[in-house]
Amino acid sequence: MKKLIQMTINDTDCEIAVRPNQTLADVLRQELGLTGTKKGCEVGECGTCTVILNGKPVNSCLVLAVQADGCSILTIEGMQTDEGLHPIQEAFIDKGAIQCGFCTSGMILSAKSLLDQNPHPDDKEVRTAISGNLCRCTGYQKIVEAIKGVNE
Amino acid sequence: MGKYDVINTRARRLDAPDKATGRAKYVDDICLPGMLFGAMLQSPLPHAEILNIDTSAAKKLPGVKSVVTAEDAGMVKYGVSPARYDETVFCKDKVHYIGDEVAAVAAIDLDTALEAVSLIKVDYEELPAVFTVDEAVAEGAPLIHEDFPRNICGEVHNEFGDVEKAFKECDLIRTDTFKNKRQDAGFLEPNGCIADFDPLGRLTLYSSTQVPHYVQRIVAMVLGLPIGKVRVIKPCIGGGFGPKAGTTPMELIACLLSMKTGKPVKMNYTREQVFLFGRARHQFVHTMTTGVKKDGTLMALKNKCYLEGGAYTSFGIATVYYAGSLLTGPYKLRNMKYDGYRIYTNKPTCGAQRGHGSVISRAAWEQQLDCVAEDLGMDPLEFRLKNVMETGDTTINDLYTSSLGMKECLEAVKTGSTWKEKRGKLPKGKGIGLAGGFFVSGAGYPIYRSDTPHSTVTIKLSDDGGNARVYTASAEIGQGSDTTFAMIAAETLGIPLSDVAVSSGDTDFGVDLGAYSSRQTLMTGHATKRAAENVKAQVLAVLSEQLDIPAEEMDIKKGLIEFRNGNPDFEGLRTRYLKEHRGWTDHPGGDDLTFREAARVAFLEKGPIVGSGAYKPGDLGGKYKGAAVGTSPAYSCSAAVVEVGVDMETGKVTVDNMTDAHDCGFAINRTSVEAQLQGSLSMGLGETLFEEVKFDNKGGILNADFGEYKIPTALDMAPVDTIIVESDEPNGPYGAKEVGEGAILPTIPAILNAVYDAIGVRIWELPLTPERVYMAIKKKKEEQKD
Repeated sequence: MKKLIQMTINDTDCEIAVRPNQTLADVLRQELGLTGTKKGCEVGECGTCTVILNGKPVNSCLVLAVQADGCSILTIEGMQTDEGLHPIQEAFIDKGAIQCGFCTSGMILSAKSLLDQNPHPDDKEVRTAISGNLCRCTGYQKIVEAIKGVNE
Repeated sequence: MGKYDVINTRARRLDAPDKATGRAKYVDDICLPGMLFGAMLQSPLPHAEILNIDTSAAKKLPGVKSVVTAEDAGMVKYGVSPARYDETVFCKDKVHYIGDEVAAVAAIDLDTALEAVSLIKVDYEELPAVFTVDEAVAEGAPLIHEDFPRNICGEVHNEFGDVEKAFKECDLIRTDTFKNKRQDAGFLEPNGCIADFDPLGRLTLYSSTQVPHYVQRIVAMVLGLPIGKVRVIKPCIGGGFGPKAGTTPMELIACLLSMKTGKPVKMNYTREQVFLFGRARHQFVHTMTTGVKKDGTLMALKNKCYLEGGAYTSFGIATVYYAGSLLTGPYKLRNMKYDGYRIYTNKPTCGAQRGHGSVISRAAWEQQLDCVAEDLGMDPLEFRLKNVMETGDTTINDLYTSSLGMKECLEAVKTGSTWKEKRGKLPKGKGIGLAGGFFVSGAGYPIYRSDTPHSTVTIKLSDDGGNARVYTASAEIGQGSDTTFAMIAAETLGIPLSDVAVSSGDTDFGVDLGAYSSRQTLMTGHATKRAAENVKAQVLAVLSEQLDIPAEEMDIKKGLIEFRNGNPDFEGLRTRYLKEHRGWTDHPGGDDLTFREAARVAFLEKGPIVGSGAYKPGDLGGKYKGAAVGTSPAYSCSAAVVEVGVDMETGKVTVDNMTDAHDCGFAINRTSVEAQLQGSLSMGLGETLFEEVKFDNKGGILNADFGEYKIPTALDMAPVDTIIVESDEPNGPYGAKEVGEGAILPTIPAILNAVYDAIGVRIWELPLTPERVYMAIKKKKEEQKD
């Protein structure tokens, strides 16, 4: 039996009927076509499905869509504004912080969450903030440099 | 300004904006009309006879469109190396490991497919199984594949020089045994695919593969289709590192299900299935004996190795060769004997992972070389420098180094790490260690015997002259190859990078053997350069006719035509261009003729301007059995210095910083080269400190997830000081050679040597868990007490 839920996704109101066992990650990807949110493990270990829910980063594979009823969600597709790419996106591109790109959406959203709270983080604070987002390609160095450089 | 306008810079990657905005499409992001979903039934037992498979209940479930078993798939054998094709799409008579494929379902959605799989009933009769090398080779052990007595999948016996004679001339000989654990590549995107068999009988497979070309051939062979009717397209892929360099059963099953149903079929591995498919680093046990003279001259190495390989061969034959053949550089080794055995077990199959075959032998030997240096009273860096090979040297197994900046790498890390100030002067619990590495820049021969070019590239100019598109079947897997080829094309054509686009990863775009053996920059780079030279020559030839100026007196730079003897009157050409573009606002102007105008005129005169290039290495290597494995048109080398801290009370190792120098010949994109070094060191750090695929006593994986199989997080990874060494490789495009794989080689032994420096005890088994390190410290304390 499907349940009708309402969410604000990337500043747009959305009403959708979901199955009670559907995860937020699956609804974003499969029902709404927001495939920038990735699925690497489906059990909350890799961080590729990170989205910002009511201002906090969450693993959207561990959130049931019905739990997001009434919530505000930011996905990677919502980072870009009319003025262009978000400065974090620019920094990731500019510093070479992107390789295969599978962790990138989640990384950028975790970075946004950090920088919103702490605009000038030090190395340790950046590494702690993204420690739930695995990356196998970069060794994290250019990602850390990118995030630290956003507001410098 | 340097010699070049585009290459050797820090150009932004072409794919980065799409990846930063969520626009990039990976295979699971693709939906095709009417698409079905597939799921597989895999063996729950490590070794068993299949008595009966009953699919009737699954077939009756509403929403199920097809259920297939070996009866439908046939029994065509495939694998990686044609000499050891030992896999079939499904098992028919017996299963060989927990995870072996038995049946599959296509249904209207994944839940239905999974439910149908659960309804398939298989009767098994369990057989005795073997899980370790010792069990597998024991007298009377059950055979996993009937034709391979004692479960020996492959063995290699090579001797170069005369090792025993050399040992007699040595002043110091020592023997050590080293072992690692099975790895998982830990790429973040689980393998996935969509097969689409269309009504005209053409099969298109979208797949997260490193090797579209090989997958195309295997799919065609196994399913009985002409190769030309099979097209493999690689969308964006979320990392590969080796295990995505072969054909998966899932790819074949999806194709079969699509052919049966006439519908597109999507399939994905779960993370657990990624571990079950395996194909990452083997477990190696190396016993090495090294002999030296007292002045430090390296005389001989005897290397015996057992690889625990799992149920099938995959890349294993190449792996067992590589575990011996790549130790002959970058130090002058005068005599070497190698005996390698790859052993089948009832576990998931091992294959190739970054630094294929040579990572663990390198780790073992570089630690032993440090021991030898210590026994001789020599500084380990000076010991390596004494034996270092130089450009133009040929190894004892006939590998020719047309460039080799190993001395430069060692000197660079010595300076960069302030080795002299730190070595021997750090407090207890802190250590500094060093190691080197050596790797191929692309395999010298294809996996199947063939005279094919290894890479072909086609470049087509848009008819307005404003864009050049590079078509290549090569595999961008995150390493940055598309950007590399765009940069090479732009530089060669003489146009800005922004005017070059790349279409890659599609078998319709040509032949490219793909992303393995660290081959793409050198091989596909060559083909790209040649294609661009061809296009440039075509444009200049038309210009030569139009302006009556010899082509040799013209060049193209930064998108403008350069005339050696000054600009001629080209008003006629410009007017011709402008007349065709009334209403446009971006007319070419200025004093110089633009490439856009020249290319437009070339199109008007000759039709589409399309140029192609191909690359194939020359005949390489010696004449002995297995001489092809290890051959390459060029060899990279590297050195790393690592500093660690060890908590003497808990055994926890922390890597504090790393200095790494890599000879990549010439850096096409400096940022991408650094990125490969940093990523390699991170993977090496994980392998050294935590990573181990663990099994229960029935061959089941205990940690098939990222919670318990730990890859480094941002908090684990130390800062890396990356140093690019450029030795100008004559066989590489613009002097470039590999960086993607070779950079991992010094990491593990440099950490091992640093840990020894910190705690004063050698550890010969990976990973360096706190428990293992603590026990080693404790044992040493007890020995000192006695």
